[in-house]
Amino acid sequence: MNTVYFLVQQTMLFTIPLLIVALGGMFSERSGVVNIALEGIMTMGAFTSILFVKFTEGFMSGQLQLLLAIIVAGATGMLFSMLHAFASINMKADQTISGTALNMFAPAFAIFVARQVQANHVQQIDFENTFRIVKVPGLSSIPFIGKLFFSNVYLTTYIGFAILIISAFVLYKTRFGLRLRACGEHPQAADSLGINVYKIRYSGVMISGMLGGIGGLVFILPISTNFNATVSGYGFLALAVLIFGQWKPARILTAALFFGFMNTIAAAYSGIPFLASMHIPSYFYKMVPYIATLIVLTFTSKKSQAPKASGIPYDKGMR
Amino acid sequence: MKTDKNTKSVTDAQNQKTCFFSRWFTKILSSGFTASLFAIILGLLTGLIILLVANPGQAVSGFFMIMFGAWSEGLKSIGMTFYYATPIICTGLAVGFAFKTGLFNIGATGQFTMGAFAAVIVGTSCSFLGSAQWIVGLLAAVVAGALWALLPGLLKAFLNVHEVISSIMMNYIGMYLVNYTVSNVPILYNQLTNSSAQISDTAVIPKFGMDKIFAGSAVNAGFIIAVLVAILMHVILNKTTFGFELRAVGFNRNASKYAGINEKKSITLSMTIAGALAGLGGGLLFLGSLGKHIEVVDVLASEGFDGISVALLGLSTPLGILFAALFIAYIKQGGFYLQLYEFSKEIIDIIIAVIIYFSAFSLFVRGAIKRYLSYKKEKAEAAAGSMGVSGSTSNSIGAGKAGNGSTGNSIAGAGKAGNDESKGGSV
Repeated sequence: MNTVYFLVQQTMLFTIPLLIVALGGMFSERSGVVNIALEGIMTMGAFTSILFVKFTEGFMSGQLQLLLAIIVAGATGMLFSMLHAFASINMKADQTISGTALNMFAPAFAIFVARQVQANHVQQIDFENTFRIVKVPGLSSIPFIGKLFFSNVYLTTYIGFAILIISAFVLYKTRFGLRLRACGEHPQAADSLGINVYKIRYSGVMISGMLGGIGGLVFILPISTNFNATVSGYGFLALAVLIFGQWKPARILTAALFFGFMNTIAAAYSGIPFLASMHIPSYFYKMVPYIATLIVLTFTSKKSQAPKASGIPYDKGMR
Repeated sequence: MKTDKNTKSVTDAQNQKTCFFSRWFTKILSSGFTASLFAIILGLLTGLIILLVANPGQAVSGFFMIMFGAWSEGLKSIGMTFYYATPIICTGLAVGFAFKTGLFNIGATGQFTMGAFAAVIVGTSCSFLGSAQWIVGLLAAVVAGALWALLPGLLKAFLNVHEVISSIMMNYIGMYLVNYTVSNVPILYNQLTNSSAQISDTAVIPKFGMDKIFAGSAVNAGFIIAVLVAILMHVILNKTTFGFELRAVGFNRNASKYAGINEKKSITLSMTIAGALAGLGGGLLFLGSLGKHIEVVDVLASEGFDGISVALLGLSTPLGILFAALFIAYIKQGGFYLQLYEFSKEIIDIIIAVIIYFSAFSLFVRGAIKRYLSYKKEKAEAAAGSMGVSGSTSNSIGAGKAGNGSTGNSIAGAGKAGNDESKGGSV
């Protein structure tokens, strides 16, 4: 039973960042802008917020610090993603190229600045993990569920689910969501009805930047005590989650859980008695999430439901 | 800003008369070259600003180090620039070649790693091949890289799997596979350094006298091979039917299918050739000198990502890639010397990223210049036209109408051409 608790708790740690970032990517792509820059945005968000955590250590309680760090991460991601929005919306640039540029910029910038601002001139930022909630008061005493979801958790897990619900609501139940989807499917038609396509697309990209930045923090914080200018390809995995999730919130959750579980096995197989007893080399487990992604994409890409106008710059003149 | 001024003076000249020179100048101005130059200048400026913010005292001398550091040890430094350029010429070609077929080969890293891996296997365990060992090693690298790109190519062509995602997955799979194999096969592994074992002497690519010219540097015949391959790719892309087909698929997959081109075959082949090129890069680097080993760390090889920068900066043309690779190797050299001033060398990566970012504006910049030039031309022609028909009133009205019509037409034409361009450029 303890293995099950452990597995669920671990899976959450990997699933939540993927979920948040993939939802971010969803907002961008459904507005019609491919956001391959998620990896870089995650790196930037994680970088500034971890730096914030490091410099405010000891001044406040862990949970308050975490909340403020999330705001810092979201704001950073949003600002950074505006570069992508400007390139792909105003400049009509190739969205893959500008995204790649952002992906290259982020780690270099993080290393450069970390070396400049840290007293010992190293690129790695160490921080203390004071954020784990051992037991949620009250709820953790519920049998089974209490142990499964309300002990040894991070605040970020609940925030992740809140973001999922809010995202689904915004996308399907609000005027903004409808407009966003229209701009991703047929911007010309949306424009002819008086919707400002540029504005909607900016919003889409900036929401994705905000969620991407938060995702970066949420990824680093629970599983590590230092940040080394990388989010280990999680931004790209989130893109895979987005495609596997067919650009829809509920399916993105399923996809994120799947990938989160795969990653859990890769990271924690030695803690699972059954797998540890098989003596399969650790490299095999490390490959599993990527191989699984490939296989899953093989079966789901043929009937892809990508937003139709995604990746195509909107040109008023072509209406 | 500067370009605008130039443009103005050029178009002023055009107002006088359209001569050959100004037409040539127009072509240069609206070509990708200007856009790349614009991106490079902005990138370097950003670098300077960041240096100024970080440490104003050292910034200017640091910036000069970036710009001219690669000359600081004369021929040796130039040789080292060539040495560093060798693998990224190959990975740049790998990315650029696939670009031409409309594919974004972000998997050059994995293909490069697989190439390096195959080359090291041959280099460490096939010393019986004698003096042919390095050639076999390079061939193995080419094949391994090609195979690693074949799968994303097939998936893209037949199952519509996005090549960016699939090749990123292949990057990680390749990296872990290589690390696992290297660290578990005794003949490949050097436990002391946690890296691949030493390759045998016959596996090292010969120098071909390059060490005499650039004494003290690590440059070898690999650089010559890379340059020859770039030229070969130029010929294939621009002078053969096969290359034309690949480019046609890149411009419009559906139209080429309609025109009878087997677009699935083109996509698969393009990806495979791209993989072969990246694999060659791995072979050239890891057989280039005795001191190069595959380190068993879970980090993707940076040469593949440099290849993306190189290809974008070189506008995906083989010859452009050649020069872009030399440029990036050059400022990276400067970056090493920059550390003398206590700046970290990541500033170079920042500069390159900014250059790539602005080179994504290339279409916009080129379009703006082109539009401005054609607007000026139209205006000049319209002025000339109205001067020519100063006869009866009715006539001049008619002429004016015709003139308007033609102006409208030609603007529409220009607009269309611009759109075509943007379709071709975007991948």
